[in-house]
This record gives sequence, structure tokens and C-alpha cells, in this order.
Amino acid sequence: MKNKISPKRKVKAAVINSLMYAATGIILVLLAALIGYILYRGIPNISLDFLSTKPSLIKETIGILPNILNTIYIVLMTILVVLPIGIGSAVYLNEYAKNKRLVGMIELATETLAGIPSIIYGLVGMLVFVQFLSFGTSLAAGAMTLAVMTLPTVIRTVQESLKTVPDSYREGALALGSGKWHMIRTVVLPSSIDGIVTGCILSVGRIVGESAALMFTAGMANEIIGLFSAPLPNNPGSTLTVALYMYAKERGEFDVAFAIAAILMILTLIINLTARLAAHKLQKRGGDK
Amino acid sequence: MKNGLKLGAKLVERIMGGIFTLCGFAAVLFVAVITVFLFVSGIPAIGEIGLGDFLLCTVWSPTSANPQYGILPFITASVMGTAGAIIIGVPIGLMCAVYISKFAPKKLRGVLREAVSLLSGIPSVVYGLVGMIIIVPAVRTVFGLPDGANLFSAIIVLSIMILPSVISVSETAINAVPHEFEEGSLALGATKTETVFKISVPAAKSGILASVVLGIGRAIGEAMAVMMVSGNVANMPKLFGSVRFLTTAVASEMSYSSGLQRKALFSIALVLFIFILIINFVLNFVIKRKKD
Repeated sequence: MKNKISPKRKVKAAVINSLMYAATGIILVLLAALIGYILYRGIPNISLDFLSTKPSLIKETIGILPNILNTIYIVLMTILVVLPIGIGSAVYLNEYAKNKRLVGMIELATETLAGIPSIIYGLVGMLVFVQFLSFGTSLAAGAMTLAVMTLPTVIRTVQESLKTVPDSYREGALALGSGKWHMIRTVVLPSSIDGIVTGCILSVGRIVGESAALMFTAGMANEIIGLFSAPLPNNPGSTLTVALYMYAKERGEFDVAFAIAAILMILTLIINLTARLAAHKLQKRGGDK
Repeated sequence: MKNGLKLGAKLVERIMGGIFTLCGFAAVLFVAVITVFLFVSGIPAIGEIGLGDFLLCTVWSPTSANPQYGILPFITASVMGTAGAIIIGVPIGLMCAVYISKFAPKKLRGVLREAVSLLSGIPSVVYGLVGMIIIVPAVRTVFGLPDGANLFSAIIVLSIMILPSVISVSETAINAVPHEFEEGSLALGATKTETVFKISVPAAKSGILASVVLGIGRAIGEAMAVMMVSGNVANMPKLFGSVRFLTTAVASEMSYSSGLQRKALFSIALVLFIFILIINFVLNFVIKRKKD
């Protein structure tokens, strides 16, 4: 059989195959080099002092504890806001909405939100939360901005998961005399918990990596803020990513920047791993159906 | 049936239904608020400067004695940067997507998918930092320039950053091509490579097009990484000259500007937003046509 393929076709195939291998090789080498280089440059600069202090002008030391705390605060506040709205929206789309045109409109809006660049979120966040609603430059304003930004991610993942809940579950609950909300609370949401978890993890990934949307909403301060004053207005603070940008671009402290980059890289790896585990569970459940 | 529920339970049902409906329309509300705020704060400066002067003047010098607010340099830089990223990123991404979808052994496929999702998870400031430390000096040495922070460096960083979206969306599209198409081609004596590139890829072309449009959206909207590698001078763009994009024009002057200059920054954001809306519209059109 193979003898019937002309040399010209063989050469063409060989060229295309090698291009394909080259492209795949580029991706793998690129990722390995990126991770390797960042860890190599960053890890030697991470120390306990670096992680557990704030920057001091007098002692001329740099510590990133405030940035770590701010990142945690923003993640918590954002998730707290976006999760109920996102789940509610997905439930509405999947369980309540009957009008196809309305669903289409909501889905179009969700896609539009997903496509808006983070710098525009930052700008509008500044106009709406910082100025119009007078939060001031604050962690709260940053978190609200990110909640709007991550809403599409949550809606989409939860909706996917709701779709895998078999209709027989719903019919069973309704047949037993349950109301719609009761059915959603006791049957539908518990069966789609892994989708909710996945949506959560994906949003955390986006929040941790976000910088442009935070610079003008959450500000660039490096002071330690307590847990209970974090949600208050006029409490600005920079997250790890914003701090990385400031240290690298404005101050030329590249060792500090790489140390933060290494921490972000490790966080990204962990987040990806957990997201995959959750998604894996989700798929297995979907397959059981 | 409903009479079986107690009055209190009925009320709760009503309220929860209302809450879910409200949440459902949150996305619509947010899009409306964003649009209104961008137009309201972006239009006044355009009115003061004049639409023609704003879009077509090649000089941006808001702080000089005779201030000029032309954003043509930013528009051209954004368009050129995006085009460059697409020209480099799409062929590599598409080839990789084809390999993952049709040729990779099962284990390697898993590894590659994981690699792609990792690439998309890396924060843009990290790309910017690595670009600053590795790509900018490399571009300077290779091309013998006084400074490597220019459009070319930005294009390289952007082409890496769009790879994950291009790969994952095109891979999904290629996976969705019905097996019968390929089996028919193989039965007629075509080799696997020929089948994939002459049958599967053309059949998935609307999905691949969607991935390109998505990549355009990513590239044109990226701010931080571009800011760190492009030099950030408001010149008309040259491949090896320092440039400023629409995104970085907004980001770099927002913290200290005031008056008309600040208002003009909102107008730049409005222009960027309109670009994004057009891209979204095209994306929807492409996906819709695929479904039909």
C-alpha cells in the first residue's frame, strides 16, 4: 500500500509533520524555560523575613507580607460577592428562564463581560466604585471590580455543571411535592457542588493573576491591614502582582520582582492542579449519568 | 398541586424566584453600567478636541504649551502589535492544536493540555517581567539597537500570551469534526497528514477563526506586559521603535493626569472598548454561523 504514495506527497507530509513537532516543541520548551528561569531567579531571594515583614525605609529592607495579606483579602471578598451572584445567575438561566430571547441576551452580556480587557475594568471600577459610590481607593473597590470581571467564569462553570444534573432528579423532587426553590436547594445545587468548586478555583486563579484592574481601584500601598478593616472604604493596598509591577518597573528591584514571580508561579501551579482535580471529578460524575 | 404548599413556603418560593431572576440579569446590568460610564466620561473630551483631531492627529503631547491630543500613534501601535502577535502566534498555536488533537499519544496529549492551561494561568506581569529581563536585552543585542524596549519585543511577548486561547479553542474545534469525514478521506487513500490538513482543518475553520478573533481580543486588551516591554513613548510606531498602545496610554498617565488630559484618557478607553465590542460582535457572528 505505502509504495503507492508518490515521493512528492511523502516530502510534503514530512515537512508538515516536522512543522507540527516544532510548534509543539516550542510550547513545551517555552513553558519549561519560563517556569525554570523564574524559580531559579526567584527562590534564592525568598526568605522568612521577606515573607513576614513589611517594607521598611529606615532599615532599607523589603518584605511582602502586606501584599500577601492584600491578595488573600481581595480573593476572599471577591469570591464572597461573585459566588452568590454567579450561582444565582446560572440557576436562573438553567432552571427558571423560559424566554429564549432573554436567555440569549444574558448570554450575550456574559460573553461581552468575558471579553472586556482588565484595564477597562480598572478604569470603570475607578469611576464607579472609587468615585461614584465613594469607596475611595480601597481593597473593597478592587474586590468589587474583580467580582464583575470574574462573574462570567463563575456563571459558565456552574451552568455547565447544572446541565449535568439529570432531569429525573428534578422530577423526583417535584413529584414528592417539593417547591422549586426547595428542589434547587436540596437536590440541584448539592449535585453540582463540584462545578461550583471549579468555578471558584478558576476565579481565584484570575484574581491572583490580575493587576491592571487593581492598580487604580485598590491602589499601591504597602501597609499591613487587619482582617476586619480590610473591607472598609479608603483602605488601599497592593496585591502581589501589583507589587511585582511596582518593584520591577518603577524601582528596578528585580530580585524582589522575581521572588514575587516565583511565588505567583507556585500559586498558579497549585491552582491549576486543584482545578484539574475538581474538573476531573465533574467529568466522572457527568459520565455516570 | 401548588395548594399543597403552605403560605409561608409559597412566599419563600416567590422571593427566591425573584432573587434568582435578579442575579440572572446582573451581567446585563453590569454591561449597561460599563457602557454608560465609558460613554459619559469619554465623549466630553472628544467633543472638546474634535473627533478628527482626536483620531487622526499623529501627535500626543498633552503637557506641552500647545497641547495636542492625537491618538493615531496608539491606534496604529495596538493594531500593528496585535497583527504581529497573530502572524507569529496563530501558525504555531494552530500546528500545536492539530498535533494535540490528532497525533499526540494519549499521555502526551494530557501533558500538552496541562501545559497550555498553565501558560494561560501565568499572570501577565510575570510575562512582562521575563520579557523585560530576557526578551528586551536579547532584541537589543540581536538587532544592534540602543534600546530593546520596542514594538518588536511587545509582539513577541503578545504572541506567547495569545497561544493558550488559540490552541485550546482550535483544538476543541478540530475535535468536533465528525469522524465520518476523516474516514471517507482515509478510505480514498489519503494519508493521515493529508486527511488532517485537507479535511479536518478546513472543516473546523469557523472554530479556528473564532480562536484567532479571541487571540486578537487578548492581544489588543493586554496592558501590563506590554507596558513593561514596549518602551512606552508616544511615537508613531516603527517595528524597532519605542511605542505606546491604547491600553498602555490609559494605564501610564492615569495616576498623575488631570483636566482635559485625564478626560482624554477616558476617551482612549472608549475607543478601546469600541474595538473590543466590534471583536465580540465578529466572534458572535462566527460562532452563530457555525451553529447554523
